[in-house]
Amino acid sequence: MAEMQLREAIRAAMTEEMHRDEDVFLLGEEVAEYDGAYKVSKGMLDEFGDERVVDTPISEEGFAGMGIGAAMNGLRPIVEFMTFNFSFVAFDQVVNNAANMRYMSGGQYGVPIVFRGPNGSAGQLGATHSNSTESLYANFPGLNVVAPSNPDDAKGLLKTAIRDPDPVLFMESELMYGLKGEVSEEEDYTIPIGEARVARKGGDVTLVAHSKMYHVATDAAEQLSEEGYEAELIDPRTIKPLDIETIIESVQKTNRLVVVDESNPFTSFAGEVAWQIQDRAFDWLDAPIARVNAPDVPAPYAPNLMDAYVPGADQIVDAAKRVMYVE
Amino acid sequence: MEERMGHAQTLSVETGSCAAYTTMDALRRRPALSLLRDMAQKSAKEEAAERKEGRDETAPQEAQDAAEAPSTANGHPNGEADAEDAEAERASDEAPADEDEGEEEEAPSPEEIQAASEVPSAPVKLELKFKTYPGDQFTHDELHLGDKQVVKMYRNMLLQRRFEERCRQQYQQQNISGFLHLYIGQEAVSTGTVAAIRHGEDSVITAYRDHGLALAMGLDPGECMAELFGKETGVTDGKGGSMHFFGREERFFGGHGIVGAGVPLAAGLAFAHQYRGDEEICVGFFGDGAVQQGAFHEALNLAGLYDLPAVFICENNQYGMGTHIERAAANPDLYQQAAAYDMPGAVANGQDVFSVNRAVQDHVEMAREGQPSLLEVRTYRYQGHSISDPANYRAEGELEAQQKSDAIIRLKKYLLDEDLASGDTLDEIDEEVKQEVLDAIAFAEESDLPDESALYENVYAGEYSFLS
Repeated sequence: MAEMQLREAIRAAMTEEMHRDEDVFLLGEEVAEYDGAYKVSKGMLDEFGDERVVDTPISEEGFAGMGIGAAMNGLRPIVEFMTFNFSFVAFDQVVNNAANMRYMSGGQYGVPIVFRGPNGSAGQLGATHSNSTESLYANFPGLNVVAPSNPDDAKGLLKTAIRDPDPVLFMESELMYGLKGEVSEEEDYTIPIGEARVARKGGDVTLVAHSKMYHVATDAAEQLSEEGYEAELIDPRTIKPLDIETIIESVQKTNRLVVVDESNPFTSFAGEVAWQIQDRAFDWLDAPIARVNAPDVPAPYAPNLMDAYVPGADQIVDAAKRVMYVE
Repeated sequence: MEERMGHAQTLSVETGSCAAYTTMDALRRRPALSLLRDMAQKSAKEEAAERKEGRDETAPQEAQDAAEAPSTANGHPNGEADAEDAEAERASDEAPADEDEGEEEEAPSPEEIQAASEVPSAPVKLELKFKTYPGDQFTHDELHLGDKQVVKMYRNMLLQRRFEERCRQQYQQQNISGFLHLYIGQEAVSTGTVAAIRHGEDSVITAYRDHGLALAMGLDPGECMAELFGKETGVTDGKGGSMHFFGREERFFGGHGIVGAGVPLAAGLAFAHQYRGDEEICVGFFGDGAVQQGAFHEALNLAGLYDLPAVFICENNQYGMGTHIERAAANPDLYQQAAAYDMPGAVANGQDVFSVNRAVQDHVEMAREGQPSLLEVRTYRYQGHSISDPANYRAEGELEAQQKSDAIIRLKKYLLDEDLASGDTLDEIDEEVKQEVLDAIAFAEESDLPDESALYENVYAGEYSFLS
């Protein structure tokens, strides 16, 4: 195992895949000469040259669509959105073109593309720069949505995403790029898309949380443990396809579920997990499922409002106690 | 305010190598944002420490200062109000040594940057030139089209016409549903283009008025009709419908239903040709309506920027749905948009297949040399926007005037005048084509609707556990 920052693990995955397959290339704003807005692609221009690490103008609809066309024509682009907030400018390309192409061409043209970049809030950036987009994109058939919480998962999942024959939205986090963790040194390390990770064993309540929220939920689980309640913490890692079986197994043991998700609540990932569990494991539940989301408001700027906006460990602890009927 | 001060104090006493994994106790009960903020800041601190150990002695002092700077009173690192810049700055602190050594040849010199920021002292005059390809100017010989090939082109244009006349009828008989956008009147554009490319090697993509080009690209009329009937034998197995024809074997990349959305895809198809270093090019079609979309402008800018081997062909049939181009475009001379993207622009007569062919030959040649271009082809659709549109917005006599220069009649006259085919031969061709279309209808009628299980096929390449 080697210790790496999240950004380094992502870079390692891209670099390994670009060495493995000449059809893989990186495209996006500031990815080449600037070394990446968040330095994820640092050094890759020197390593691969400007034909494979391609700076684009600020033109999301154009370069997202160009990536899709290149993927239809046999390449495997990695398209970096500086943040997924800016993917909305390319929404038609991602949803109408990338997601639908295989289906509406009767299987003739797939779109093997990775759209990656940070997702969700990252401090006091205001409403336009704080969107959590995973629930939105997971709504569209044809897209895979991956949102890892640590460097090891990021490396293994991104390598798999680059090899996937279909579009993958790979969601990172500005606040996690510096996060360090042990990364497997196994040669050609890959993790399958669609497999959750049971990060912490416990029998009292199941917590489901991905990406940044995984760390907040870890904090909550620690607090609960100190109070004598052992939470089982599941990091789904992949939003779509969702490994619901792992969550069901846990709920069959704990009989209580809290889903944590930074999305706004209405039609959120948390809402979807709650529906699937009531559909598949209703008889195992001893309490209504709780979810912890951002409130149903745009992200604010003021520090105290933003702290109130982003789901925190205390909210998760409260939700867990609610479904355990304690206090 | 006091509470926020509390956060800052908490931050200042933390140590450890990985906030997320080792300092949960210290972080307890703090809002999530502070926790995460800390994760980011912690790593910056560590980087600064590493630099001090000599791993990167060139890091500027301000970088270390930034990394080590105490939080502001509210617990937010300086500059995080714009996380992009803040994080980029924080991270770029790692990089300046590389940047200094990096890509100097590519980077503009201080003199160039100075020059670029200067304002010319005299008015700037631009001279723009756009090639034109009027009708009745070209013979098939000078286009290197063989006698037999011209007759084949006539047959193909007639096939498109007869096919779509039957489409209209089949729609009225309710064998076809959904949107049906007919291409009648524009056949010279598709046929003239396909005769100018390496058919089956070059990539071709278009918008939703796609039946004519599909037939020109050699898609089977029976499979096209079956698609319109929604049958499993259709060109996309009944999945795409009228607007989304595809033919992988023919390198026909669709059939795209959103105005303008296919133009960036055309750039991408060309990008792949350039990336692989093959000799093929992409021809991307779109309508006059697409020129008002951002996607068009973004795609042309990218193509001009990267010198993509692409020919962008605007089929200007004069109406975006019911709105005439004069009411939609600030500058209705659409070919002039090319100047904005530093590429050649030209305009051809879409009612003369030779004009189209000459123009596309020229533009394809440019593309093979790495020069993208924009070609406007002026044409006219005889039908409404879709089958449900009676086209009441047209002026009286407008359609009839356009039909006087009908491309098929024009070519027929040429064939007769040049003695390339007799009247009898052309009549026979018409009968053959009519029969081919009837056969296509019979094939579509006899084909089965897709099995219901097909609903779940081709959403992903692999199995997908859709919701039951």
